[in-house]
Amino acid sequence: MSALLELRGVSKRFGALKAVDGVDLDVEAGARHALIGPNGAGKSTLFRLVSGEMAATSGTVILSGNDVTKLSQVRRARRGMAQTMQHSSLFLPQTAAQNVALAAQRHLGKATWLLPRRQRAVDARVDELLDSVDLSQRAGVAVSSLSHGERRQLEIAVALACEPRLLLMDEPAAGMSRAETQRLTELVIALPREITVVIVEHDLDVVFALAERVTVLHLGQVLLTGSPDDVRGSAAVQEAYLGSSNRADLFAPTPPPDPSEGHPVSNLLAEGAFHSGENGREAPS
Amino acid sequence: MTSRLPLPRLISLAVLILLAAVPLFLAPFPTDMLARMLIFALLAVSLDLLVGITGLPSLGHAAYFGVGAYTAGLVSMHWTAAAPIPLLAAVVVAALAAGATGWLAVRSHGVFFLMLTLAIGELIQQLAESWSDVTGGDNGLYGIPAVEIGGAPIVLVGYVYWYVLAFAVVGFLVIWAVSRSPFGAALRGIRDNEPRMRSLGYSPFRYKLAGFVIAGAVAGLAGGLLSVQQRLVTPPDLGFTVSALALLAVAVGGAGSLWGPALGAALVVLIRDVYGPDLDGHGTLVLGIVFIVAVYALRNGIAGLASTRFRRRPDRTHTGDPTQGTSATIGSSESSPDGDIDAVDNAPSAKP
Amino acid sequence: MTGWFADNFVSILNGLAIGSLLFILAVGLSLVFGMMDVLNLGHGALYLIGAYVGYQFAGDVSSWAGFLTALGVAAVFGIVAGLILSLATQPLIGRGHLDQALLTLGVALVVAEVISIIFGDDVQNVVAPPGLNSSVEVLGNTYPAYRLALIGVGAVLAVVVWLVIEKTSLGALIRASVSDREMVSAVGVDNRKVKAGVFAFGSMLAALAGVLGGPVYGARTGLDETVLLLALVVIVIGGLGSVRGALIGALLIGQVESLGRALVPEFASFMLFGALALVLIVRPRGLFGRAGAA
Repeated sequence: MSALLELRGVSKRFGALKAVDGVDLDVEAGARHALIGPNGAGKSTLFRLVSGEMAATSGTVILSGNDVTKLSQVRRARRGMAQTMQHSSLFLPQTAAQNVALAAQRHLGKATWLLPRRQRAVDARVDELLDSVDLSQRAGVAVSSLSHGERRQLEIAVALACEPRLLLMDEPAAGMSRAETQRLTELVIALPREITVVIVEHDLDVVFALAERVTVLHLGQVLLTGSPDDVRGSAAVQEAYLGSSNRADLFAPTPPPDPSEGHPVSNLLAEGAFHSGENGREAPS
Repeated sequence: MTSRLPLPRLISLAVLILLAAVPLFLAPFPTDMLARMLIFALLAVSLDLLVGITGLPSLGHAAYFGVGAYTAGLVSMHWTAAAPIPLLAAVVVAALAAGATGWLAVRSHGVFFLMLTLAIGELIQQLAESWSDVTGGDNGLYGIPAVEIGGAPIVLVGYVYWYVLAFAVVGFLVIWAVSRSPFGAALRGIRDNEPRMRSLGYSPFRYKLAGFVIAGAVAGLAGGLLSVQQRLVTPPDLGFTVSALALLAVAVGGAGSLWGPALGAALVVLIRDVYGPDLDGHGTLVLGIVFIVAVYALRNGIAGLASTRFRRRPDRTHTGDPTQGTSATIGSSESSPDGDIDAVDNAPSAKP
Repeated sequence: MTGWFADNFVSILNGLAIGSLLFILAVGLSLVFGMMDVLNLGHGALYLIGAYVGYQFAGDVSSWAGFLTALGVAAVFGIVAGLILSLATQPLIGRGHLDQALLTLGVALVVAEVISIIFGDDVQNVVAPPGLNSSVEVLGNTYPAYRLALIGVGAVLAVVVWLVIEKTSLGALIRASVSDREMVSAVGVDNRKVKAGVFAFGSMLAALAGVLGGPVYGARTGLDETVLLLALVVIVIGGLGSVRGALIGALLIGQVESLGRALVPEFASFMLFGALALVLIVRPRGLFGRAGAA
């Protein structure tokens, strides 16, 4: 299996700031690849560099063996890249169905027709996709009236309507309840292998449920790429998380705090998460 | 569950029949005024394609209206007045003008687009004033011959009215068809969230330019009809005031609804041209006041009022009902994360 | 080069005078837009008010009393108009910037019509005050003294505004608002007062520009459209919210209007549009505009 997406030395500077610094990355076709890292690691920026929304300062982006670095976001989208945004980016005054239809009609090649026409193929596809994200009941509802969770689901339906080969998901579980996150995870797991998924996430439960490979970014550079277990056991990754002042999720489900453990901060420690040497358990903060 | 209300269709048909019957029961002056209303309604509807459907607020749309009027006038005077040649020429030349200027204009958004189109409009008006050899300068084109059908000049007001009505309907249908087509859906998508459209693989520039040209062409058609109705074209006909009033008509009528702006335009003509003389020619003052009130009181224009009354049921064909859920205020950039002051649509924006 | 310079000296001076006037007119518009994202399409109407106030008080006879009165009255009109506009656009803030712009358009139409009703449609003159209503010798050319004074006034104003913006805390507040409006209100500054203040100041300047421009352009209907377009071109070229940009833009457009018309009269109109187009293509934010100001 050849790599669907290859990044070679991709960098992005903003003046003196190197938001992304020489990132090398391979994503195999059909992979489920997660991108994690503390806040400010450059994950979202990297995402934008891959989708073409932002132009890289240096480096190459290769999609299916073709160099797409110079291509615009539009052209990359036409080559099979789709994405879901961190903050739902939908067509607010339009209905859920219309949103999906916009994506589907472009893919089905109907988007330049100047005459009104009944588009059965598009309609069918829209119904199918809305059904797959459990939004069939809400097809005729304007996005502005949909709940946050519903919008996130719609976001996925829209992305899938593009029949992507590469699906980039930027924090899809953000702001979701446990139940919604569970549904999301199932949905992504159920996606066919024709679609390669790269997902940026903070919710590490989601990451470890979905991902087969994980890349950890820190300060714009790749710290580690490996299996989820590799990442869990890596001291360097722990340091990266410890060093940042942000309280990210733990690497394992949090048990209730044990008051006998002393300092309130250490009550956030996870049981059997990972160890940092002999000093007992440390948690990423 | 599907209940496709035939009401709008019935209303449209009834209105059409009523309009067609007008010369049979109205005196010449009101008929002539109604012809003017149709012409400006067509202008406003063509502008709505830009403003309400694509989200491009143009303050220079009268430029293409004027280009069409001058072209039709010149063709009638110097070549032939045989219908529909002057009109066809008007459409073609206006489309070319829209293409040439739109190529630059649609790269900008929001108020920048507003300013650019304002500049374009002023430029074309100055052109009309200074290119006296062709356009007659400040005096304009006067003595435009009546349109001829089968060699016979159409002079009677009633026949002129029918001519105008026929082509106004054609123009309106063109805009209507485009707005309900997949292309029109794409324009709405660009209006509601242009960055998302890019990530879906649409090239916004091409769509906006095509929309701009279509709107300009139909405005040119309206201008050609003006030269038929007025038999005179002067620089103010394509000036800032006409552009501003057209935009006001769209706003008052309800951007995006197409029929709202048509009504808005009829209102403008009513106040300015019909009652204007009674107000010492200061109908524009009343219009300004009406508009100010409308901005506060009618968020979505007259069409906005109507849609809250006759709310439709959800449509089975998801691609077919563009009015469903669209509250197209002129400034509806709520979902656009870029806001509307980004100037030009160039390289991907640098957002860290 | 000296020969060409000498031949066109008068045009260049005219360009400076026009530029000076445009700066006074445009700086307020630019600040309001840069700070508040409100495009005041009534800005030209404010100029028109000033022009007709000038006609009213200094239309027939050359007198300092009349001229200064005109300036004072115009200033008051401008401030009041600015405050009213600021209030009027307040309820529209959630509805998008274009609705606000269109409201100001409606106001502009009303104002222009009211003026037309009161004063009629004839072209009116405004007479320069005594001492300035004659010509002086400048480098071998005779040139209207008033226009030289105008250049001076513009220069002084530019310095004053620059000092305020760069050196005072009010100026810092304004600059901050242009950069990041939300942050400023998060810090606790009452945005509405700042907005009203800037609106009032900018509108006052526009009205004053109308009086100051009187001896050059007179007062006539349709002047508001012309002036609005020029002001918009200036601020777009200069960059929204930038005083420096308004100055450079004004000087540039002043020369285009003056030198341009003198050298290539057939293409003069196109030059204006061309300059606008060129800047928007090459530097979409304007020469000194803030990137990402929203």
